[in-house]
Amino acid sequence: MHRIGLVGVGKMGLSHLALVRAHPELDCVAVCDSQAFMLAGVRSQVGVDTYKSFDTMIEEANLDAVIISTPTSSHFNLAKTALENDLSVFVEKPLTLTTAQSRELAELAERKGLANQVGYHNRFIGTFRETARLVEAGAIGRVHHIDGRAFGQVVTKADGGGRTWRAKKTEGGGCLHDYACHVIDLMNFVAGPPDEVVSGRLGQVHSTDVEDSVYALFGYSDGAVGTLETNWSDESYRKMSTSVTIYGTHGKIFADRQECRLYLKPGHSFEKFEDGWNIRYITELQEPVDFYIRGEEYSSQIDAFAAAIGGNPSPQAGTFTTAAQADHIVEEIARLHETGPIVADPTTQAEPAGTKASKGIFRKLKDRV
Amino acid sequence: MTPIDRILFGDNQFFGVNHMSEEKARSQQMRFRDTESIIKVLDNAYDRGIRSFMCTTHDEIGKIADHVAANPDRYEGFKFLPGMPYAHKYNNMVGELGVIDTIKAVAPGGVMEAMVRGAKSAVGRDVGQLMRMLVDAEMARFANVDTPVVFLQNVVADLLLGLGNYQIFADFVQYVNEKYEAEAGFFSMNMPAMVDALESVDITNPIIACNYNKIGFRMSGGIEAYDRKLEEKPVRCVAMSVLASGAIPPAEALEWVCERPLIESIVFGASSDANISSTVSLITEFDSTRASAA
Repeated sequence: MHRIGLVGVGKMGLSHLALVRAHPELDCVAVCDSQAFMLAGVRSQVGVDTYKSFDTMIEEANLDAVIISTPTSSHFNLAKTALENDLSVFVEKPLTLTTAQSRELAELAERKGLANQVGYHNRFIGTFRETARLVEAGAIGRVHHIDGRAFGQVVTKADGGGRTWRAKKTEGGGCLHDYACHVIDLMNFVAGPPDEVVSGRLGQVHSTDVEDSVYALFGYSDGAVGTLETNWSDESYRKMSTSVTIYGTHGKIFADRQECRLYLKPGHSFEKFEDGWNIRYITELQEPVDFYIRGEEYSSQIDAFAAAIGGNPSPQAGTFTTAAQADHIVEEIARLHETGPIVADPTTQAEPAGTKASKGIFRKLKDRV
Repeated sequence: MTPIDRILFGDNQFFGVNHMSEEKARSQQMRFRDTESIIKVLDNAYDRGIRSFMCTTHDEIGKIADHVAANPDRYEGFKFLPGMPYAHKYNNMVGELGVIDTIKAVAPGGVMEAMVRGAKSAVGRDVGQLMRMLVDAEMARFANVDTPVVFLQNVVADLLLGLGNYQIFADFVQYVNEKYEAEAGFFSMNMPAMVDALESVDITNPIIACNYNKIGFRMSGGIEAYDRKLEEKPVRCVAMSVLASGAIPPAEALEWVCERPLIESIVFGASSDANISSTVSLITEFDSTRASAA
């Protein structure tokens, strides 16, 4: 039985708490949160020891590992303290707000030989796993384009989300850190990380302090191109919808939460898949779990973490190192949004700034001159 | 103990829920954008002999309940078996407002303040009070129709199951019995564990709606564990996701479920009269084959 301390009882924290409590190899012995109300609720309703101070919890609770599900801005200090105290660490995504911090944590965890994992649950969805397997096996030949997308209705009103940390840039809010990082990690999972982020743009639909949409272009070492499009202000989606399309010289694969569609060009049948369209559904692709709350992937990622604490890390689960790769891309997108294009079309520059958008670009270029 | 009908009609198909295809979910959502189109399908189900509608507490269902209440002759014997809370509504609120502000938003006056102040006992008491208020809020729209069973929806039920707070289950059963003269039921994706948890707070022979399908889709612990639990302990089991969102051909799927005599009821969703009619005939046929064999 591994002794777990959980930090942060919000939406994800509650779900992790329930999964850990139900897990045969994990025992949640301590919960830490800054809100007295949540702690009182956990103490009285769940019967777990609670702490207002993270340091006291680590000192007193004799833990093997911590699960950190607090606002992103606090991840670095919490995870670092835990690792320095020889505890394995699971952190909600994204790992931290800077590449430097994420890399520091990755190196520390590696040096100490401690289990380390980030809550990128798409890695545990059967359709995405099948996609990664097919790409790796060469089913669609050489990959030349990877397209990742996510849409959902997180912020749908002008002041929507204004009250949570997700609406505050300084705490790690915004579509880039909350939504796009999932897609970036998924693209890295199925096709490997890109060599460079060519361009990045952040858009606002309703929010004022953070972005509601993210667009980016990636370049891979073998010449492949990646495109990213995410928007968390799209009410047409009932819940977060993430998808990835991989284009190869022999065919293409589209995958979302429900299905994995494989198209193979004539003469390129692969394994049991024939030329033309093949569809495999989540119902046949998903590994069953022992305890389910709201998606097998949330249970599976906790299973993987339990196995990693026990010395059997799953290669597909991802680590602080792979999460740092995602954080680097996130950071680059934000940087490229700020700096804009290096060279602008001279004809655009010469034109009087008509639209708001072109005015913005114009001003940026002028500022730099 | 109210007997539950053998065949229940579900409502996922009306609200863009499909576990296998977003495309299918979208086309269903377009088809059922108005109440009338839903009522038309419900009428088909009623005319095929179905009397029980197992539904969420989606706003649209309130209008259906009003329609049924307004036409008592057309819908004689028609029953609603609501499952609450409607998860997406609260899930989106929690995403937007956070856990505490969501509770503030749904719980009128003072409860939240009492909880924040709360000593240990006060929090426990107020969680019960919050549960009762939420049930009342969700049940308001069913005031004029028959609701013999009121279900606790699976994300909430399984979250509580994982957290290990089984007392709320007992409080829910008691409240639904007393206030609504209805039986309480539980949706769960972890049926065997749920049965044991309920037994630990003296709820025996519980009504549990759970996935039950030939490929073991979303049956935590697997088919054998489910079969074993039904043999071990009395459970009034409502099988759902029998077709595993369409992964199993209907006849094969229904025959497999009908071969399990310990499954009391089967819930299914369909959008066309042809599908409703064929599903009802298949279940009836497999049931009578089993009865004559026995």
